[in-house]
Amino acid sequence: MPYIPHTPQELREMLDVVGVRGTDDLFADIAMLPKHFNLPKGQSEAEVCALFEMLAAKNRTDAVSFLGAGFYAHDIPKAVDALAGRSEFYTAYTPYQAECSQGTLQAIFEFQTAISRLFEMDCANASVYDGGSAIFEAAMTAARVTKKNTLVVDEAVNPFWRRMLNTYLAGLDIDVKTVPQTNGASNLAALSAAVDNGTAAVIVQNPNFFGVPADYTDVFAAARAHRALGIISVYPIMQSVLKTPGEMGADIAVAEGQSLGQPLNFGGPWLGLMTCRKEHIRQFPGRIVGRAEDRDGKTGYVLTLQAREQHIRRAKATSNICSNQALCALRALIYLCLLGPRGLCRLAEHNMDLARYAVERFTSFKRVERLNTLPFAAEVALRLPLPAEKFVAALKGCVPGYPVARHYAGMNNVLLLSCTEVNSRAQIDSMIEATGGLL
Amino acid sequence: MNTIFAKSAPGRCAAVIESQAPTASAMLPATLLRARPPRLPECSELDIVRHFTNLSKQNFNVDANFYPLGSCTMKYNPKFTEYVAALPGFTQLHPLLAQLGDAGRAQGALRCLYETERLLCEITGMEAFSLQPMAGANGEFAGISLIAAYHKAKGRSRRVLIIPDSAHGTNPASAALAGFDIVNIESRDGMVDPQALADAIAAHNDNVAGLMMTCPNTLGLMETHLPAIVRQLHDIDALLYYDGANMNAILGKMRVGDAGFDVVHLNPHKTFGTPHGGGGPGSGPVGVNARLMPFLPVPRVEKQPDGNYRLNDALPQSIGHIAPFYGNFGVTVKALAYILRLGGEGLERVAEYAVLNANYLKKRLEDVLDIPFSRLCAHEFVASAPEGMHALDIAKALLDRGFHAPTIYFPLIVKECLMTEPTETESKETLDAYVEALRDIVSRGRDNPHALAETPTTLPARRFDETAAARRIRLTEDMV
Amino acid sequence: MPINPAELLYSDTHEWLRVEGQEAVVGITRFAQDALGDITYVELPDIGSAFQAGQTFGSVESVKAASDLVAPADGTVTAVNTALEDAPELLNTSPYGKGWIARIELTAKPDTLMDAAGYDVFCATEK
Repeated sequence: MPYIPHTPQELREMLDVVGVRGTDDLFADIAMLPKHFNLPKGQSEAEVCALFEMLAAKNRTDAVSFLGAGFYAHDIPKAVDALAGRSEFYTAYTPYQAECSQGTLQAIFEFQTAISRLFEMDCANASVYDGGSAIFEAAMTAARVTKKNTLVVDEAVNPFWRRMLNTYLAGLDIDVKTVPQTNGASNLAALSAAVDNGTAAVIVQNPNFFGVPADYTDVFAAARAHRALGIISVYPIMQSVLKTPGEMGADIAVAEGQSLGQPLNFGGPWLGLMTCRKEHIRQFPGRIVGRAEDRDGKTGYVLTLQAREQHIRRAKATSNICSNQALCALRALIYLCLLGPRGLCRLAEHNMDLARYAVERFTSFKRVERLNTLPFAAEVALRLPLPAEKFVAALKGCVPGYPVARHYAGMNNVLLLSCTEVNSRAQIDSMIEATGGLL
Repeated sequence: MNTIFAKSAPGRCAAVIESQAPTASAMLPATLLRARPPRLPECSELDIVRHFTNLSKQNFNVDANFYPLGSCTMKYNPKFTEYVAALPGFTQLHPLLAQLGDAGRAQGALRCLYETERLLCEITGMEAFSLQPMAGANGEFAGISLIAAYHKAKGRSRRVLIIPDSAHGTNPASAALAGFDIVNIESRDGMVDPQALADAIAAHNDNVAGLMMTCPNTLGLMETHLPAIVRQLHDIDALLYYDGANMNAILGKMRVGDAGFDVVHLNPHKTFGTPHGGGGPGSGPVGVNARLMPFLPVPRVEKQPDGNYRLNDALPQSIGHIAPFYGNFGVTVKALAYILRLGGEGLERVAEYAVLNANYLKKRLEDVLDIPFSRLCAHEFVASAPEGMHALDIAKALLDRGFHAPTIYFPLIVKECLMTEPTETESKETLDAYVEALRDIVSRGRDNPHALAETPTTLPARRFDETAAARRIRLTEDMV
Repeated sequence: MPINPAELLYSDTHEWLRVEGQEAVVGITRFAQDALGDITYVELPDIGSAFQAGQTFGSVESVKAASDLVAPADGTVTAVNTALEDAPELLNTSPYGKGWIARIELTAKPDTLMDAAGYDVFCATEK
């Protein structure tokens, strides 16, 4: 039997030590229950591999794609796979025993440092599941800190995360006040005006779902004036050039960390990044690594502030999270090291430049226009002369973007187009050619 | 070891894209830009490769060390599952491709989801599964939300979940996160006490939404009163939640659906051999019987009469979205590959040998540790450090011998607890070597208690001053 | 020989109360700090916040444990011991002195608390 090492001789000896005749005797306690286990027969490793090769080939990842919507195809340096693929990292458990887990612990400490510096925030945790759960956990942190229960949420925050937030809040006494966007623009004044003394937090995204970056300094000041927290979700690659959460005065900054070295993976595993101001760290969820001295005075790393966590505080814990996305966090760290400050900035600039080229080509059609005239980063919303769903279905061999009407009323013709370094000007040219007469 | 930040040299770089793009300041107004570039490491690729290779050597891991961490099922992770999950047809697939047009571009991935759900149903005896939850605790939250939705659909508000004291800490934390009040009941002889349960039900009667159970429980014991417990809850139309963390003990031997549970979450990173990654990613599929099906997260994967797969969002009573898309798909693929490789017979052997190994180890340690329950254990067992010795010291001394420690000080209801789970993939030689190491440690500890307190001495670090670290927190290079 | 000061009142959740006219000082007992171990953090209540006896008004943490602070009497917080923010170890070294937690203005006479002798007996049963 695969992966079970016992020889018949050893099996016999072990059963004798235990004092039972056969392995069936080990399950006497549950023998009264019905038995039903109609599973297929096992297969050889080669057979299983062949099956998955066939299934993977059925996925058409060869199509040229400008699909983003918050989740992006990026080139990942092979060194990320090589290093994070070391089984010393991936077959370890959560680093409970610090002395034999310094590899994982130091990597998480470095990850916390890198993300804090990218966002210019005081500190970070060791990751949560994804960008959506990061927003939820940030909102819960704000509710604990402020002891208030209303969230002001920008409608231009990624709808995939807003719907998760609604699911997660269903059983809790927390209200969500959504501030409408206008043509993809976040209404900064309306967000500030929506904050009152019952507000726990205001939640925004930069760039917002429609690719529009903004300066949320005034919104966070309005929050502070009402003892509410400012929460911002950012796009980590673009954060290398955009004004930082720290500069804007955010209390908590989160992100979907997928773009930092995680493949798209059909939706996961990715990772949720979470950072905050120092004064909120004890209300933060998840694992946190701290620097410590060992008995010989040598510097090392430990899981710290564990009294917040479920295994100690049970029902009163700051979160139920236990497993996080540690290996994904390691990938993100390695990716950030490989690109460095210059690599990350140039990547953001390259992709913004490509998006400008796409806009130029699309708006050369008279009946195509941008949804608004605001600045944009590497993702942009276009208003087409036909329903975006139809346009997407009509283009063969190319996915031009995401039709946003599923999440926003009155946006039937709006297409959200994203550019990354996996795309090229030549791809954009051929997409434009393929539109033949549609636009 | 120095951090990667200490190895940074201004101007050095590994991966900078060749680009003619103008600078950000030429494309965006200055008010939207950051004042200075992020202070990330500037290193060559070799600097980075060497740094992380050397860091990796400071980890114990299943590939190098016996790792009998109770409740965590640290079994061998077959290598071929890494290969299948890394196929570009999976890794490069955008999740929204399954939501455009007829989902024709994502048929292989949707079939993986569908097949996994069907196999998990057969393994557990449940009617349907959702693969959205992204870890065990996330699966608990999803399952509890389903229980809440069930009662809400019946037009009633029930706010109490009963949780035995032998439950994982995540159970009460997840219940609280979903807005429930928790009623804790004490175990008796390591089992749920039917009388304590009856009392709790009587005290909260109309308000009891359900019971959360781990089975075998965290003491490593099979629950002997299951049918009675199920009846007690179902009599008041309350639901039973099964925490599947310990599923490795019962594969093919008992199906939780057949036993009467209404909702279950599984931990593929434990039971189905997907690696734990130093803390994650895991995955936490949640399974239900027929009465909870209408409430499952959307979208659901469905097989069409023409053999194609598509997503269905139209479940009006659904609790909504637990994940942005379909959960940790990369983990799902590995779990599916593992299940297909082993097949029904292989999975059944898993449970048999996991339980055999645990009982063998327990028997051989009877004269070394204090073992509170003499009956047969399941896939793991609890023991107390011998009188006058500390579980912590024994754990650290084991590290010096190249063995990862068992889980210590959990469950809280056993004093100086060492919770040991050998798993089925460990050989008799390994178990015997572990017994001899532990025997030697305990005998040395009896002769000289201080000797153990000095361990470990052979690892990259010795014991840390965790109190000082928690009082003066330094969570980044910049917090001093 | 009593181990707990005779002039204080004690709760069954191991807080102490020293009544000073209309005001009272609150802390945790030697028994409580001993059970928690080395204390790493104290969450202090806000000045001006009001509590009834039995309500949670803060928490204390050690590396491996956390415990709520339970108000031993009805009152409004008038001062907190900010020294604990930087030196939580005062709760270990001086639970009845420099490790005091909060000063409250009593809004009702405390009536359910134990005297030192009663608390000594109570602690003996807790072990």
